[in-house]
Amino acid sequence: MEKEILTGWVIGDEGVLTAEELARACRADVSWIAELTEVGVLDPEGKEQSGWRFCATDLTVARRAARLQQDFSVSTEAVAVMLDLLAEIERLRDRLKRAGLDPNE
Amino acid sequence: MEFKDYYTILGVERTATADDIKGAYRKLARKYHPDVSKEAGAEARFKEIGEAYEVLKDPEKRAAYDQLGTGWRAGQEFTPPPDWAAGFEFAPGRFSTADAAEFSDFFSSLFGNFTRQADVHHSHGEDRHAKIVIPLEDAFHGATRTITLRAPRLDSEGRVVLRDHTLSVRIPKGIRDSQLIRLAGQGAPGSGGASSGDLYLEVHFDPHSVYRVEGHDLSLTLPIAPWEAALGATVKAPTPTGVVEVKIPAGSQSGQKLRLKGRGIPGEPSGDLYLVLDVVVPAADTERAQQLYRTMAQELAFNPRRTLGV
Repeated sequence: MEKEILTGWVIGDEGVLTAEELARACRADVSWIAELTEVGVLDPEGKEQSGWRFCATDLTVARRAARLQQDFSVSTEAVAVMLDLLAEIERLRDRLKRAGLDPNE
Repeated sequence: MEFKDYYTILGVERTATADDIKGAYRKLARKYHPDVSKEAGAEARFKEIGEAYEVLKDPEKRAAYDQLGTGWRAGQEFTPPPDWAAGFEFAPGRFSTADAAEFSDFFSSLFGNFTRQADVHHSHGEDRHAKIVIPLEDAFHGATRTITLRAPRLDSEGRVVLRDHTLSVRIPKGIRDSQLIRLAGQGAPGSGGASSGDLYLEVHFDPHSVYRVEGHDLSLTLPIAPWEAALGATVKAPTPTGVVEVKIPAGSQSGQKLRLKGRGIPGEPSGDLYLVLDVVVPAADTERAQQLYRTMAQELAFNPRRTLGV
């Protein structure tokens, strides 16, 4: 039997996911998504919560926030700080790599 | 399957208190959490730690686990005893079937049949997440890739068992690193007639030997000879879609970039390809070559350290 080839939707920089979809993908409540948006961890397109649309980075960041919050039992504000620092470290490591240096040295 | 010694994994005594266990877990989580750790193999280690904590933090699960006795060694071949966990009633934990997919066969065989959520409810299946690593070339030509996921299924007796689940997925031309492919209905099955969840595939490129990727732009280091840099030249350069000829302007230096518009990852608009020039000095390994260098030294009056004032 010929195996079916699945075709999906590509999610990139444009906001496409609703708050409900993002919450479900993180196994969290919409109120938690709203909290992350309020502290600036997530940056949806759209003004009202019902019109919010999230991009691929938002989903990756939200899932990371969910893991950190669950595994370290910290507040949303603390997770926001952790994420900021982690993002900064990643940015610097990328710059090192692009400059041909080993970030693990 | 292999026996797992959850006490050793967390580095605590069998007599440890709930607080000891929590403390040990927190310390290890900080060290091995895949989101913050740089340790090699952190992800696998953290899974093991999470699984051990899942069992030892729960008094019921811990008691049932302790009942297996102290005769087992980590890695020893193990089958759950027939009367396993008789008299225990495990509350469904915070983890779900999606978490269960992360746990070991050992864990699933002991606690798997208790992880099932009450399936009389009408509830939407959970979304799942996976990473797929593809060659950069797929972004230029599109491709079909297969991916194997460990997915929890219910066996005929209602136990959760982990089975490999292979999917063929179309990778569209123009895909970029860190984008997601959302496959509707490929997540966990729903219960009570509700729809299945979705599967989100996070796309990453294999590190490429020639090209570096940044968004939809690519860059590569293009070695050139000193005379090509000085006099200008037309040289060949590789691109993901074939070799092209590029004009090196006279007076070029190492580190300068040439932009080949639209030669990056295809899309609306396509990315660009940057050629980073790298002037390579030929070896003076023959008498003739040494002579040429001496002639340049005599006739060019060149001081590369002029800007340093020396």
